[in-house]
Amino acid sequence: MTTSTRSRGGDAISAPGRRRRSSRRPPRGSGLPAWAVPYLLLVPGLLVIAALLLYPLIQMGIMSFQKINLRVIRGAAEPEWVGTGNYEQILDNELFWSSLRNTVLFAVVTVSLTLVIGTAVGVLLNRLGRKMSITLTVGIMAAWAVPPVAQGVIWRWLFDAEAGIVNWSLNLLPDWLAELVLGRSDFTGDPWLNDPFRVYVVLVIAVVWASFPFIAVSVLAGLKGIPTELYEAARVDGSTGWRTFWKVTVPLLKPVFAVLTILSIIWDFKVFAQLYVLLGGTAGNREAFNLSLFSYAEAFNPPPKMGTGAAIAVVLTVILLIITAVHVRQIVKQEELT
Amino acid sequence: MTPLARRRLGKIALNTVAVGVFLFAIFPVYWMVATAFKANDQIFTTEFIPFPTHFTFDHIDRVLSEGVAGNSIWVYMRNSAIVALGTVLVASAFALLAATAVARFAFKGRTAFLITLLIVQMIPSEALLIPLFLSVKRLGLFDQLLGLIVVNVGLTLPFGIWMLRTFVAAVPKSLEEAAWIDGASRMTTFWRVLFPLVAPGLVATSIFSFITAWNELIFALTLMNESSGYTMPVALRFFFGQRGTDWGGIMAASTMMTIPVIVFFLLVQRRMVSGLVAGAVKG
Repeated sequence: MTTSTRSRGGDAISAPGRRRRSSRRPPRGSGLPAWAVPYLLLVPGLLVIAALLLYPLIQMGIMSFQKINLRVIRGAAEPEWVGTGNYEQILDNELFWSSLRNTVLFAVVTVSLTLVIGTAVGVLLNRLGRKMSITLTVGIMAAWAVPPVAQGVIWRWLFDAEAGIVNWSLNLLPDWLAELVLGRSDFTGDPWLNDPFRVYVVLVIAVVWASFPFIAVSVLAGLKGIPTELYEAARVDGSTGWRTFWKVTVPLLKPVFAVLTILSIIWDFKVFAQLYVLLGGTAGNREAFNLSLFSYAEAFNPPPKMGTGAAIAVVLTVILLIITAVHVRQIVKQEELT
Repeated sequence: MTPLARRRLGKIALNTVAVGVFLFAIFPVYWMVATAFKANDQIFTTEFIPFPTHFTFDHIDRVLSEGVAGNSIWVYMRNSAIVALGTVLVASAFALLAATAVARFAFKGRTAFLITLLIVQMIPSEALLIPLFLSVKRLGLFDQLLGLIVVNVGLTLPFGIWMLRTFVAAVPKSLEEAAWIDGASRMTTFWRVLFPLVAPGLVATSIFSFITAWNELIFALTLMNESSGYTMPVALRFFFGQRGTDWGGIMAASTMMTIPVIVFFLLVQRRMVSGLVAGAVKG
């Protein structure tokens, strides 16, 4: 009696459990054990990542210790090991140091400007009326969408010495003011893209112009996610707009800013196309190179020195890896990779 | 000042700033398009001519017929489209499979895979360029659009998976379970239940891959030798000649290259943002 009751009770308990389990279990029929399915789905992706990203990355590391000249590229000779020769060579090269300085300074200035302007525009978008907000979004989207090469082309045109609109506008300044601030009053024919510093002025403007929209739209998305009760509470407590921004908005958007900062740094460290167009290729004006252009020029300008190019790329990659480590930690912390 | 007047003044100030930002953002794009339709005497001038009063299709005609570097712009547009579409087809399929694995299954190595995805996205193209250039040469894919497609799949896939997994995860699992209970096989469930619901996300991810491949410069520059195989970003630089720049032509070509991207951007901007800062924006 007791036994049967227990067994019936056991049945009663286990039956729904079993049903639930069976409903969770994917159907059979594909002939695959369930554990194998995710791995199978990952195979093509893993193959691509391994073959096209990880393997070349390792090869680049190896090549940075080799001498790879035209004969090796043609397959007529084996690469020659040179130890740390390539690194010693680039560390001795003044162009490496100017490229490194250009890369870092450009990233610092551009990231700061992009974040400040982007955030300001994001806040602005959030406070505008509906129609104005949509119009402005469409406007900044257009800037964001312009392909990097076309960005270079457009800004090179705007800063053209003779027919560029920037020099035309500078001519509009009152002569005494222009003389005082910029040291000259007639800008027609004044070239922007010869002197490295002025090249970077143009590059900063071009890249900020193209990248602040992303920050603005992301900040806007973050702002929309903040519950309005928090602002009401702040208002009831007598907080002013500026104070509310720093005490409510900024802390809540901190994770968004963290991700945006890291992404911006990574992107701005790797700028290639815009600078390539502004400099008109990698043939001249080498003082204006950043690490990307320097690596490319070493490896592909005749005579090709791919080992040295690889060594420069290693330096750039290591810098980016360190920054990315921070980024990955941030993301892992935020969402536990769900 | 009354509070009402102050609020109205604030609103005017806000809208003025908004107009300023709008002009700053849109003017360079407008200037590109305007220059493309200006006659040469209005392009090469030190005066400011806001609208093309001598409106002309000459530059468009010229880049389409004569073109640059020996080919019509159509050739480069076609090459770019082949590379971008080929990349999208392969990368989207692979991304969907991998995203399903990551978003639907708990398995050993999952976290490691996700972290790998994040790390490889940071690798600069220059770092891959030299080894891939040599591999592509060795495999006989040099100077072939196929080689460019293969490389672009590698460049776009990690972000594709990263973005798509949030869309797969957003589909309630109970829907698939319901299908299983009704006796549907794993394949049927995938195609009839999951796929239609993920489709919008797949479109967004595809457009992102398309834009990346469409804009790609460094590999297109190094892996293609014959001018008939150039993509648009590579072709544009040939307008900068020894005897001065054909600004009308380059602006016409840039406009043709940019318009599709702008249209795509406007279609998917919302989703792209959510994919890029996935998880960071929480209420």
